[in-house]
Amino acid sequence: MKAKKGQVKVMTGNAAAAYAAMLCRPDVATSYPITPMSEVAEQLSTFHADGVLDAEMVEVEGENSAMNVVAAASIAGGRAFTATSSWGLVFMYDALLQAAGFRAPVVMAIANRETPGILAVSSGQQDIIATRDSGWIQIIVENCQEILDQIIMAFRLAEDYDIQLPVMVNYDGFYLSYLSEAVEIPAIEDVDKFLAPLKQQPQRMKLRPGVPLGAGTHGIEIGFMELRYKHCQALLRALKKVDEIDAEFKQFFGRGYGGQIDEYRTEDAEIVILTSGGAAGTAKAVVDTKRAEGVKVGLVKLRLFRPFPHERLVKALKGKKAIGVIDRSVSFGWNGGPIFTEVKVLSREIGSMPILSYIDGLANMDITIPHIERVVDEVSAAAQGKPYQEVTWIPLE
Amino acid sequence: MKEIRIHGRGGQGAVLAARMLASAFVTEGKYVASFPMYGFERRGAPVVAFTRIDDKPIREKTQIYNPDCLIVIDPGLLTLPTLFTGLRPESAFILNSPKKLPKQPNENLKIGGVVNATKIAVEEIGRDIPNTCLLGAFAAATGWLDLKSLLACLPDYLSGDILQRNLKSAERGYKEVEVTKW
Amino acid sequence: MVIKHKNLFKTENAWSNADELLLCLDTGSWRTERPVLDKEKCNYCGLCALYCPPQCMTDKGDHFEPNLAYCKGCGICAHECPRGSLTMVPEGEFAK
Repeated sequence: MKAKKGQVKVMTGNAAAAYAAMLCRPDVATSYPITPMSEVAEQLSTFHADGVLDAEMVEVEGENSAMNVVAAASIAGGRAFTATSSWGLVFMYDALLQAAGFRAPVVMAIANRETPGILAVSSGQQDIIATRDSGWIQIIVENCQEILDQIIMAFRLAEDYDIQLPVMVNYDGFYLSYLSEAVEIPAIEDVDKFLAPLKQQPQRMKLRPGVPLGAGTHGIEIGFMELRYKHCQALLRALKKVDEIDAEFKQFFGRGYGGQIDEYRTEDAEIVILTSGGAAGTAKAVVDTKRAEGVKVGLVKLRLFRPFPHERLVKALKGKKAIGVIDRSVSFGWNGGPIFTEVKVLSREIGSMPILSYIDGLANMDITIPHIERVVDEVSAAAQGKPYQEVTWIPLE
Repeated sequence: MKEIRIHGRGGQGAVLAARMLASAFVTEGKYVASFPMYGFERRGAPVVAFTRIDDKPIREKTQIYNPDCLIVIDPGLLTLPTLFTGLRPESAFILNSPKKLPKQPNENLKIGGVVNATKIAVEEIGRDIPNTCLLGAFAAATGWLDLKSLLACLPDYLSGDILQRNLKSAERGYKEVEVTKW
Repeated sequence: MVIKHKNLFKTENAWSNADELLLCLDTGSWRTERPVLDKEKCNYCGLCALYCPPQCMTDKGDHFEPNLAYCKGCGICAHECPRGSLTMVPEGEFAK
């Protein structure tokens, strides 16, 4: 059984996020606007006003309330969606942690932007890093079609009985949130079909009047440890589930993204560039150029960040001669980017090889083709045994 | 792949122009990717919009440094020192100006299209929003886009009386642009 | 072999000296209208200078005048003037 071809429309990344949410028929879709994702809230409101979206649009006065509303709606059994960015994400931090601890399967779209500390109304992945230990599942996408498709997959993942965890779908603020591309909008009936397996599963617990149940209740000592352990186990189960859902999506809609990671020309590659988000798209173009010049380079696009795709990365990177990781964020306290420091953990399993960290693209700085070509050249030199600088902040050096 | 860079000021419709351009090319079966970069999101502040068109999916997410075509909505932006930097050889230049181009502005330019889009916009729309007029001029000067594709996608962005006025503005841009080839 | 990372900057300061114009924006080009002063009404209270966002109101001894290189035409001075001595006039009327 396959989905029919959807209508193609030119829309921004933000609009794609709103369309995806609408197609999944949420019960509550409450967001507070913030640059660069305000259009998500505006588009959802338009859908609601036009009668296309039948959801509770609770008007909130800030992101903290937005997360409280959607997390509460979720544990009452509803399907809930929200969206935010940077400052909004950190404003809702306590509710964010609660949503994960309560195992509330909320889906949230994040248009990534630099977090507070240095005022920047611009693109950056620091908001992903600032919340990487929140207990949420975090996925990063590369283009507008992937935003739409991944949000649909996110509901399928979040509400799965074996998972029951909230999911963040991350896309570059400005570079993707405002990017207009032709996007195929699946028919809502096909989205219903894709999400239908959830109804066949045992129903998750939900709070309702008159039925005594505790959700995320006060944990003490061994009880707390049990709940924490179960949360961590659920996150680990999500690894394989992401691949399974991606395969199902590909089979049904005809579009697949590789699941936890996507590998581009890595099979016979000697060196690998590893990055995430829109920059992965640019990197694919650079890989092709460099391959034509005879450089055996491949790209690993990191899609799932939490839980960390340990096994699939080991398989992809094992036996290579050098790796260059491009981070769009920093890891305070470690020398190097955050994805780089996490990839280094795999060193023992992938074999000893130079792993180079590149920090680029902070605060709307462009990760350009010459930048990525430089990364390929330097990683190539390191693979040949030449001395290399482990961490490079590309625009500064 | 063709890379088009649109320069304008906030309030002149540069961003909408880039989106309309993207939609128009999609109706002709092309792949498109278009996005703006604002310094300050306010009326009067410079804004740049980048549009890529290709026959295969577009993967690059960077700003455009080597345009095949420059569209300048505000003649005041001609003083930008980096305006012509990186222009591809045999590229095009579409300008909103009441004056003709005195000489070839840059050796890499092959086609120049000048139209007084401000005057046409004020006449047809009643306000100085020259974007649709310039898109018509772009279609005529470069020949990369059919006028009817452009007109066909305007209803996705405008409606009613404003739509009709912009359709006229775009048609006039198409007909009245002065094209020079170097 | 790993090369030791070099120090990129001479100073360790995180704050910037605002009097050493680090960023000089061409805000004057954003303007579509400018404030015009009626000197008869002005009592030199200085509120326009206080509220001006780019702080471009220049003290002329008995009144204030906008520095047109930076005045972005926001109209806040005209709005705040307690005597209504400032009027916003479209730029078109000043073009040569």
